[in-house]
Amino acid sequence: MTHSITSIATNPQDHKIARLTALAIGMHVLEAIFPSPLPGVKPGIANIVTLFVLMEFDFATAAWVSLLRVFASSLLLGQFLTPTFILSLSGAVASLIVLRFAQHLPRKYFSVITLSILAAFGHIAGQLLVVRIWLIPQAGVAYLIPVFALAALFFGCVNGLVVARVIQNRQHG
Amino acid sequence: MWLKRLKNAAYPDFLLGDWVVLVASLVVVLLLFKILWSHQQANRLEVRQGSKILGVYDLNQARSLSVAGPLGVSEIVIQHGKARFKHSPCANQYCVHQGWLKTVGQVAICLPNHISLELLGEKKPYDSLNY
Repeated sequence: MTHSITSIATNPQDHKIARLTALAIGMHVLEAIFPSPLPGVKPGIANIVTLFVLMEFDFATAAWVSLLRVFASSLLLGQFLTPTFILSLSGAVASLIVLRFAQHLPRKYFSVITLSILAAFGHIAGQLLVVRIWLIPQAGVAYLIPVFALAALFFGCVNGLVVARVIQNRQHG
Repeated sequence: MWLKRLKNAAYPDFLLGDWVVLVASLVVVLLLFKILWSHQQANRLEVRQGSKILGVYDLNQARSLSVAGPLGVSEIVIQHGKARFKHSPCANQYCVHQGWLKTVGQVAICLPNHISLELLGEKKPYDSLNY
């Protein structure tokens, strides 16, 4: 009997991404367990990991962690290729696009809180765009925009604060 | 400065730019609420029977209309800026229970009697009957 052994060469960067993604997947799944008071309004705590990675490492790593997290979590939750997954992916992609540009804001004046708020707005904008074009092609969706925008602002702020504290703790102890 | 003191006391993590972004975002969200949730006052009532528009009436008056449908006569009341079905010959009475219509785009439909009311304003915010 011959054993076919396929092995993929991995480097420390891959291991780092895998570890951080595992953390993000855990938070994503944890959040999926809790019912949301308003359908569609979620704190998005997995984005804490994305932002943390962006601040501590670089954009490419953050993008890997964010997208891998979306794919892997949807497989775990049995949502792969469902509308939930598509919405999750469109939100993640849109917020990554926003972060791609926002990361160049001067760090002297803009902390991770700004990045978090902007990413949250990007997230909800991407999702609402997909909802409007694909899921509910009707102008009535516009009525939901203010509610989602308010939620994005609030949770963007809170998540940003969490990231700021995590980074502080890492530096001071 | 009071802003700086507040900043350092409660939110040491917020930098100047964060405050700017936060306030700007709040303004944007409030504007979104104002623009998208503004319920424009209606000024005209459109009454349809089947696919025919029977008439468009000024809302700023007090009068009642009697409209004949397949089941009988439905009575509609206009009262200074609002309108409703008052009596209907239909069985379920959904149209009557819908009550007063006040804002642009609101619709009351009596399916059994083929009569519908729609409030119009300066312009239609969205096409509520045909989407």
